[in-house]
Amino acid sequence: MTELENRSQSSEEFLKGLWKENPVFISVLGMCPALAVTNTAINSLAMGLATTFVLVCSSILVSLLRSIIPKQVRITAYIIIIATFVTVVDFSLAAFTPTIHKELGAFIALIVVNCLILGRQEAFASKNKVGLSVLDALGMSLGFTFAMLCIGIPREILGSGSLFNMPLFGESFEPWIVMILPPGGFFMLGFLLLGFNWYTQRKEKNAKILDA
Amino acid sequence: MENLIWIFVSALLINNFTLAYFLGLCPFLGVSGKLVTAFRLGLANIFVMLITGACTFVLNTWVLPYAPYLRLISFIIVIASSVQFVEMAVKKLSPELFKALGIFLPLITTNCAILGLALFTTNKGYGFVEGMIYALGAGAGVTLALVLLAGIREETRILNIPNVIKGTALNLIIAGIISMAFMGFAGLFST
Amino acid sequence: MAEEQNIVPEIIEEKEPSSIVLILALGIAGLLSGIILVGTFIYTDPLIRANKEAAMQRAIFKVLPDCDSYITLHLEDGMLKEKIVDPNKKEESDSEELLIYSGYNANKELIGFAIPGSEPGFQDIIGTIFGYDASQKVIIGFEVLESKETPGLGDKIFKDAAFQTNFIALAVDPEIIAVKNGEKQNPNEVEAITGATISSKAVVRLLNKTMDIWQGEIDKYIIQNNLTVAEDND
Repeated sequence: MTELENRSQSSEEFLKGLWKENPVFISVLGMCPALAVTNTAINSLAMGLATTFVLVCSSILVSLLRSIIPKQVRITAYIIIIATFVTVVDFSLAAFTPTIHKELGAFIALIVVNCLILGRQEAFASKNKVGLSVLDALGMSLGFTFAMLCIGIPREILGSGSLFNMPLFGESFEPWIVMILPPGGFFMLGFLLLGFNWYTQRKEKNAKILDA
Repeated sequence: MENLIWIFVSALLINNFTLAYFLGLCPFLGVSGKLVTAFRLGLANIFVMLITGACTFVLNTWVLPYAPYLRLISFIIVIASSVQFVEMAVKKLSPELFKALGIFLPLITTNCAILGLALFTTNKGYGFVEGMIYALGAGAGVTLALVLLAGIREETRILNIPNVIKGTALNLIIAGIISMAFMGFAGLFST
Repeated sequence: MAEEQNIVPEIIEEKEPSSIVLILALGIAGLLSGIILVGTFIYTDPLIRANKEAAMQRAIFKVLPDCDSYITLHLEDGMLKEKIVDPNKKEESDSEELLIYSGYNANKELIGFAIPGSEPGFQDIIGTIFGYDASQKVIIGFEVLESKETPGLGDKIFKDAAFQTNFIALAVDPEIIAVKNGEKQNPNEVEAITGATISSKAVVRLLNKTMDIWQGEIDKYIIQNNLTVAEDND
């Protein structure tokens, strides 16, 4: 693993997940179950943090065990490890924050099938040292949490006229109820990706003009 | 009986797995470009969901009361291995069916809709018959969503669409509109 | 690229490992996860149970005003009996058994029963618990435990204070009827919410259905156990 030490890229491993390789905006990974709970900012944040915990813990364990897990059974082993930490999160939330646990319901357990988590084990943690794996996991999950909030905050503001349960507008505000219903999730992510595409395509165009 | 019909319609239309719970989005957005593919993927989904329903019942009745903390792990492992087992059986018994569904099965087994089905069935406390009806409804619902989106996407292929919205962004917005249309089914069985 | 050079020899070195190695590796992963899981379970399980019980207790106290303590009842041989929870025997929490709760005031007098019930609403199942005063045959409190009704419309069944006033003294005989907003004349009528008639009607249907199941049983239970029902002081 000397090749990684040669490039002092710790900070890069951390930062890439936030923007350059943001799991949601670039590869639309891990949205399946998570989108359902982005109807309020607080739920989005809780989902993001739960995912962060699972991703970081499983990355540590997978990275530690990377030399003793044979290739043939690695996916099974990863899934066992991930499912373990998801169960830990599920129980802990139920024990300490029952209200949030009730809001998120079965979607906490569904973190197990979040493609982002298994993807990082396969692509990074199984090949790198613990330190780097943690940085990678932290960066990716912060990028994920950031994306969740990007969806959750506008949905709550428009759909309920509040942010983190604090009312923002006066009585006269008529909430866009559709935003906190399922279609709002599709629309919000759709428009975010649209904005992201627009930004990258414009940047590419500008770069071409500069080249020419 | 009335209850069973409600369970079926609820899973199929009112609380559609894909359009109301965002489950199974990966194949929904990734694969459903062609109508035929989408339909076959949907059939494979129904197939796996029925197996899942049966597995969930067995686990919930005889295993998990003794070890509730094994719920997630056992769901995933048991579902994945029984699907593989049934896949082998189908390959032997009916090569045509295997040809139609085969390539999709590995893709679906680790799908969130499948695990979601197992978890929701557990949370709702369904028995065997209710669970199987729920699985059938959910599978048919996912198929319906896949086919609808694929149909619209086939139409959009020949349209002039600005580059910036092409791809996932457009699919999501279309999905949002379909999801909005499906909201009209709410209250269907309440009068 | 340095990475590629590193990967190639790895593949050559690797031989097909025997199945014992595979099983051993998975066994280690399983063992580790087992230790973590059981540890978490032992630590969190009592807390989760306490949370659930506290939530139930809050709901019961809310639907039965002046309630001070309660007893859990279940059907046994066709009769309502106190459900005795054996602390040594592990109780399966999500069992399908129907339970109701009888509430007592500070003087240990029976004030009513808290009855859970559920029914399909507009979007999904509405889960509720309501308080029933057996001497007056009226519903004295209503609380929604679980609902996915449309925000701003259907969710008024638990957010709208005016709708809640329907359940201060709602007669259950002969049956509860939903009427238009502002047209309540009889004690057995519920004023439906404008814009959420389906949800309101679902609540009415739920109350009628649940009362059908329990009313007779409760009457039998009171006679059998010679319970005195607390008189309303006001």
